[in-house]
Amino acid sequence: MLNRMLRSRYLPAFLMLAAMLALPYVLPSTYYLRVASMVFVFALAAMGLNLLLGLAGQVSLGHAGFMGVGAYAVAIGPTHLGVPAIPSALAGVALSCLLAYLMGRPILKLKGYYLAVATLGCGLLISMVLTNEAQWTGGPDGMGVPRLVLFDAPVRGVQTWYYVCGVALVIGMVLAINLTFSPTGRALRAIRDSEVAARVVGIDVARQKLFVFVLSAAYAAVAGSLLAFVNGHITPDSTSGFLRSIELITMVVLGGTGAVLGPVAGAAILVILPQALTVFHDYEHMILGLVMMACMIALRQGLVPALTARFRERTA
Amino acid sequence: MSILLRAEDISISFGGIKAVSGVSLAVERGEILSIIGPNGAGKTTFFNIISGLYLPSQGRVMLKDEDVTGRPPEMLARRGLCRTFQNLQVFFGMSALENVMAGRHRHERTSALSHILGLRCVGRENARSAAEAREKLDFVGLADLAERSAGGLSYGALKRLEIARALASEPELLLLDEPAAGCNGTETAQISEIIRKIAGAGITVVLVEHDMKLVMRISDRILVLEQGRSLCLGPPSVVRGDSRVQAAYLGQHGTREAHVA
Ligand SMILES: Nc1ncnc2c1ncn2[C@@H]1O[C@H](COP(=O)(O)OP(=O)(O)OP(=O)(O)O)[C@@H](O)[C@H]1O
Ligand SMILES: [Mg+2]
Repeated sequence: MLNRMLRSRYLPAFLMLAAMLALPYVLPSTYYLRVASMVFVFALAAMGLNLLLGLAGQVSLGHAGFMGVGAYAVAIGPTHLGVPAIPSALAGVALSCLLAYLMGRPILKLKGYYLAVATLGCGLLISMVLTNEAQWTGGPDGMGVPRLVLFDAPVRGVQTWYYVCGVALVIGMVLAINLTFSPTGRALRAIRDSEVAARVVGIDVARQKLFVFVLSAAYAAVAGSLLAFVNGHITPDSTSGFLRSIELITMVVLGGTGAVLGPVAGAAILVILPQALTVFHDYEHMILGLVMMACMIALRQGLVPALTARFRERTA
Repeated sequence: MSILLRAEDISISFGGIKAVSGVSLAVERGEILSIIGPNGAGKTTFFNIISGLYLPSQGRVMLKDEDVTGRPPEMLARRGLCRTFQNLQVFFGMSALENVMAGRHRHERTSALSHILGLRCVGRENARSAAEAREKLDFVGLADLAERSAGGLSYGALKRLEIARALASEPELLLLDEPAAGCNGTETAQISEIIRKIAGAGITVVLVEHDMKLVMRISDRILVLEQGRSLCLGPPSVVRGDSRVQAAYLGQHGTREAHVA
């Protein structure tokens, strides 16, 4: 049983589940549970982005835009439209997918830094709309997120959201693993390694790219909705801003595009480190920057792939 | 014999250079047809046109009596045309087996949704594709290296891996662009044997190759290109004796090799 689990492709998801269940017993206070929830949320978004970046080899510098759509859906739906939170969240995911579909069709034809700039534009566009439509979104100051009400009972408590985010992450991980080892996963990896060779064996490159772009937007939207619930207050910058997009990319690259746990490690570093470094006051960002540079220089493939490779070498 | 592929009066130029001009060719079902010519003669460019990567400025490409000019390669793949590349186009981040499994793409039927959900039918389809892929790896003599990462294979093995991947798509017409380039004597002999086996399995082969011995030995017909123009087309014996071909391409050295073969 244990042996089978260790060799299973779902091992990272098992590990994640175990860590999620164990952490509440180890962490000293609810403050840490909040931080952990944040790690889960951003890990989920980064994992979606990794399907695009790591699996299909396509970049998006505007992915936080889709997080913004998910986040504002669960704020605007109940506040302005009288739609309950869960249907609002689903509508947010659907809208996010639709936007990704419409914007992805023309821009995914682009390659390399042209694609980077075009996706950057997508993100800025969404962020701009969220900032400018102040009567709906509260403008740059953002808006409060009504508490989720399920079966007439308000969902409250740091702990509850911790588990919700954790389960969402584990599910997202299982789906990502499924995809990786499926015909679509092979097609996406083929596109990443050689587009022309992918085409001559019959892979519809445009269609596959669009599919994974839409899927990664769905991940981001779910993460955005969770972020809104956990924080209780959202602003355009904190959900969809340019810096958020860059953060997501950094998490993926830092953690390693070649492993499912990579984005989780990257998210953990980028969420936890700034909190831990607050003792250094003014030097906080400088130290964060140095840590990131050192990671990339020492572990070029990213944290998780580099460490597992080293681990395998030692045990082999 | 029926015509599988017909290229009619194909031309293309790149910034003033006429890479291919007025080339016509009819490939018969079941034959091995080789295209030879000096470096820069336009052989690869001609391949790129008939495989749908380039749009010719003039001319038509007919595949099984259907006009496919300007159709993208993925569509041609579905109509039974596949190819390999002169400069390796391997999926280096995947295992040898997965490379060939990717070649099964057009035969895989499960939906993307079932892929995400990891339904049972996907597991069965993966197993089917893996079995077919192993068969193709065995066909090119790479069965032992199936689980290895493509990045760790030798150059000669990668050349054969590309052939296995193309075969996995079950083509009727296979275009091979210099499959033996950069291979040593043993590897070239292996490739030669593989091409024969492919033809023996009923697949039509169009081959671009510089190795004259190989070409003369296995081709049914040979097309000679020079500076984008078609110089001569015929069986090896005729091409070997053609004075224009000797002057333009084979030269002293090549003539001797061709006669030895
Ligand atoms: N995409 C391109 N852009 C510009 N010029 C090109 C392009 N592709 C080919 N050419 C030019 O077209 C001519 C024919 O090139 P091609 O690669 O078809 O030759 P070849 O017969 O395959 O040569 P080799 O034996 O070296 O492979 C060359 O002059 C080449 O520089
Ligand atoms: Mg060439």
